[in-house]
Amino acid sequence: MKNRFIAVSQRVAQTIPVVVGVVVISFLLTRALPGDPAVFFAGVAADEASIEQVRVALGLDKSLPQQFLIYVGDLLRGDLGQSLSSGQPVLSDLASRLPASLELTLFALVISCLIAIPLGVLAATRPGSWVDHVCRVLVTAGVSLPTFFTGVVLIYFFYYLTGWAPAPLGRLDFLYIEPEHVTGFYLIDSLIANDMQTFAGTLKQLILPAATLSLFTLAPIARMTRSAMISALSSDYIRTARAAGLANGTILRTYALRNALLPVITTLGMVFSFSLGANVLVERVFAWPGIGSYAVDALIGSDYAAVQGFVLAMALLFVLVNLIIDLVYSLIDPRIGFTTNE
Amino acid sequence: MNSTVTLTEPVQPSQSALQHIIYVMRENPVTLVSFMMLAVLVVIAVAGHWLAPFDPLASDSSAVLQPPSTTHWFGTDNVGRDVFSRVLVATRLDLQISVMAVSLSFVIGSLLGAVAGYWGGWLDVCLSRILDTIMAFPLFVLAMGIVAALGNTVENIIYATAIINIPFYARLIRAEVNIRRDSGFAVSARLSGNSEIRVLAFHVFPNTLPPVMVQLSLNLGWAILNAAGLSFIGLGVRPPTPEWGIMVAEGSQYIVSGEWWMAVFPGLALMFAVFTFNLLGDGLRDIVDPRTRK
Repeated sequence: MKNRFIAVSQRVAQTIPVVVGVVVISFLLTRALPGDPAVFFAGVAADEASIEQVRVALGLDKSLPQQFLIYVGDLLRGDLGQSLSSGQPVLSDLASRLPASLELTLFALVISCLIAIPLGVLAATRPGSWVDHVCRVLVTAGVSLPTFFTGVVLIYFFYYLTGWAPAPLGRLDFLYIEPEHVTGFYLIDSLIANDMQTFAGTLKQLILPAATLSLFTLAPIARMTRSAMISALSSDYIRTARAAGLANGTILRTYALRNALLPVITTLGMVFSFSLGANVLVERVFAWPGIGSYAVDALIGSDYAAVQGFVLAMALLFVLVNLIIDLVYSLIDPRIGFTTNE
Repeated sequence: MNSTVTLTEPVQPSQSALQHIIYVMRENPVTLVSFMMLAVLVVIAVAGHWLAPFDPLASDSSAVLQPPSTTHWFGTDNVGRDVFSRVLVATRLDLQISVMAVSLSFVIGSLLGAVAGYWGGWLDVCLSRILDTIMAFPLFVLAMGIVAALGNTVENIIYATAIINIPFYARLIRAEVNIRRDSGFAVSARLSGNSEIRVLAFHVFPNTLPPVMVQLSLNLGWAILNAAGLSFIGLGVRPPTPEWGIMVAEGSQYIVSGEWWMAVFPGLALMFAVFTFNLLGDGLRDIVDPRTRK
């Protein structure tokens, strides 16, 4: 138990240099603006006085190391600057939009795991069968699909042609009342409020963007599951289990799948990173009011503090997810003590 | 290991390489198809301006939002421009952006990776840390941040795409150089009086290229997707320049009212290009790495 604790705290400590690096890069990005950063941060409409005010506020009149310290100090106080377009602090803007993006991303990841893992397992157990071929086609097509294009095509089929899906305009049709804010996830909040109508309405809006995102994430998960299952099935312990006369189902589920899931969980971290990027595009297509749309609007409107805040927040989120995945990994597989990986 | 094939191969390397390529093509028709698809792309990229039946920028108020017909194969857009011509002409720009971005990241990545892998030490440690940090960002998001910082132009789309791809090359080449640094042929080259830089540049580095070629091809597809994604959200290429990402973005405004052709055809062209490079990457892997032969 003590070893486990040490291992976990070592892994947590490993994230510190990464976080420092992320902060340094996002600091450099804010200072790499061509010309005078103060002019950019003050916005298009700013006059001399307010540019000067921004310059002092950002510490741009000081040396670069001093500026960095000020930047880190601001970050520690949770100050990512002011958004020009909304007039709010960037942090509160991001925080109010994060649940919408997370609900979409996580829902999509759950869907694609539910489809991709069984598909990969079936493909691995029946190589050469039609399931295997379907899996291969999906994997090849999946990596070639531009997410924003899939979204547009899905809208055409399921909104315009068949009318099954509601208009691609945000999280909830204006007919419904937003559920009371508890977690910010409409699906969970409407369940808490026991409002089934809102739950159904949320789900309807969510299905299409989530399907778009899942089509994108399906491919790497299915491919990893398939190859991990194939290598697990050809291992010695499976042969032993077969020789010992265990039932086929038991071998598949208990012995092969559990071992095959480890690399799949690692892949999930990478897939999550991809979906954070793809999320931006999907939110754009479906007018989803998440942080991705916020960042795109900020980019178009030259709202630099908001963009940099978004980039930093996404990187920190990704570091956190990787940490969680590694910790989960160590819970699933007690052999991993972190000492081996440097 | 000591099969006759490996013994005879060095005798006539060019002929056997050609034979191997022909063998792979015959064994795997998909690779042949992918080379043909690439040829189509290259021809369109080079000759698209002449092949286009209409001026891609000329609007025509009498032919707005027309569905595909014999005159306008892919229909017309909201200001009456011919979608087919625009899709053809866009090929060059999209390929240019991705090829330039990938070549940049290949050159920078191989320089960094080769130096780090060959000499190791603190240089290696520093580089690995920097690459880890870049990889700690969701890459598309980082590209957005870079474009925001450098300014919203096509060149900066190329730089951003190049930067986010550098780690893949640097890591791959670092590993490949590292395992060959002290191999027999490198040691003998050193003993016969070649300087370290010559050994690295002319003996070790060329041997790392085959696996890198595979990465290059797969990366090209990914770079096209990335660049098109950036222009889809309004970065880089400006309208009315024909570019697949922008055209899908413009078309997506009309998809809810049923004018599907504006978004679907540029989207399909994009998919075709990405699919070509992905197939090609898999095919190259077969040529480069005979172990994957069935």
